[in-house]
Amino acid sequence: MLEIDCRGKACPQPVIMTKDALAQLKEGEWTIIVDNPSSSDNVERFAQSQGCSVKVERRGPDFYLHIQKRKVGEEAELTRRKERGEKVVVYINSHLLGIGDEALGSFLMKAFLKTLLDLERKPDRLILINSGVQLGSEDSKVLETLKALLEKGVEIVSCGTCIDFYELKDKMRVGTISNMYDILQSLFEADRLIRP
Amino acid sequence: MGPGDLDQILKELPLPKDPKVLVGLDTSDDAGVYQLSDEVALVQTVDFFTPIVDDPFTFGQIAVANALSDVYAMGGTPLTGMNLVAFPIKTLSPSILKEILLGGLAKMEEAGVALVGGHTIEDPEVKYGLAVTGIVHPKKILTNAKAKPGDRLVLTKSLGTGIISTALKGGMASEEAIRKIVESMVTLNRTASEWMKTLGAHACTDITGFGFIGHALEMAIASQVGMVIQSRDIPIFPEAIEYARLGLVPGGAHSNRDFFSCRVDAHPEVPALLMDLLYDPQTSGGLLISLSSNEAERLVEALKKEENIDSCIVGKVVEEPRGKIQIV
Repeated sequence: MLEIDCRGKACPQPVIMTKDALAQLKEGEWTIIVDNPSSSDNVERFAQSQGCSVKVERRGPDFYLHIQKRKVGEEAELTRRKERGEKVVVYINSHLLGIGDEALGSFLMKAFLKTLLDLERKPDRLILINSGVQLGSEDSKVLETLKALLEKGVEIVSCGTCIDFYELKDKMRVGTISNMYDILQSLFEADRLIRP
Repeated sequence: MGPGDLDQILKELPLPKDPKVLVGLDTSDDAGVYQLSDEVALVQTVDFFTPIVDDPFTFGQIAVANALSDVYAMGGTPLTGMNLVAFPIKTLSPSILKEILLGGLAKMEEAGVALVGGHTIEDPEVKYGLAVTGIVHPKKILTNAKAKPGDRLVLTKSLGTGIISTALKGGMASEEAIRKIVESMVTLNRTASEWMKTLGAHACTDITGFGFIGHALEMAIASQVGMVIQSRDIPIFPEAIEYARLGLVPGGAHSNRDFFSCRVDAHPEVPALLMDLLYDPQTSGGLLISLSSNEAERLVEALKKEENIDSCIVGKVVEEPRGKIQIV
């Protein structure tokens, strides 16, 4: 297993070294070693923000962070989707649709997602950002609709910063937690962008 | 250096009592104040640090703005400065040092401060800063020890310079984020200081290395009061939230949290990333001013209208629990 020794490195070197490792390794596990709690916390946060799972092991004064990248199968699935043709991305930046009455906005968003589910054509990806992330949480009235969209092959990603801001980390019930780099990548790669 | 490292050592220094020392080490205030006459007291402070931006001229400006801030925080007027320089003259081009000093000089000129000397040593790591001497009227010193229950707290600059500087070091900060924090860090606290004096502020401190919480706590402890901070009203650089999420949090923020969190009671709904910003060590941060409610509103309004400075009322001073901060 690949081990990267970041002991003695000043902040934010350990995070940068983790970022570089992530960029080079296609998949699998590796271990980052740091020698202080701040670096351990920082590396853990970064890895999680990139969709990796992290296990922290204490060995004497040092911290061994065992990081696992997203599995090969998921990467392959994404490639297949890309090869299918025009990439359609739906960008949802609020839990309300339109500007005006809030109750109407909530109703319209529900209707939008339900209609999306009924259409023959489906988007490749749904991005939830700002208060839009609330739609994917356990209390959401459109949770079942989003789950159904997932089952039809629509990828749902939610902005991690927003999830943290609205304190929904343990309450998200659909999709994966993403970050601004990934979201921007989606927006650039989209052949068609739909913004309700 | 973290708050914990220094605290123990300072407590063990046998300081003789001198009635002319109007403000000394015991209240962890921004500068030292020594009475010369009935009308004049000397204000002294010193500050230096390693570069936080790539451009040497800008670094010089930031270092001086940062050093002068402590005098403004006491309600004083800085008069003279002496450069403190550490530079690897054998391995780094002297033109870089020149640019740093030019930046520092430009900021001193803006502040009306005369450069009267300095000291330089050879060091593998670049450091720059200033020893500052100013004056204040002995009866008009704005210490951090007179905040009153019922007062409102005004903050004059946004938080997040530590986190964004860390992101910059790691090559992950956006141009816009860098531009914003540079603009904030080169801004002198002079204007805010003049206005707070006009409006009869009770207490003041500037937000620097110990973060918002560290410095607010210094004020709470010295004034023997408590504070309630409205987390949603804290002005922040939004990019800092994203960078904090990516783990670009400076070691200083962790040290500050370790040392100060025992006196902080944060409501569980306050976002964890916002707490990172409250512990984030600031460079050349804003003033935290304690003044009565009406005056606080007038201050925010005047700073906006007359000086185009965005400031916010971020909380209030309460009687109990003393020496503690609640974040709601």
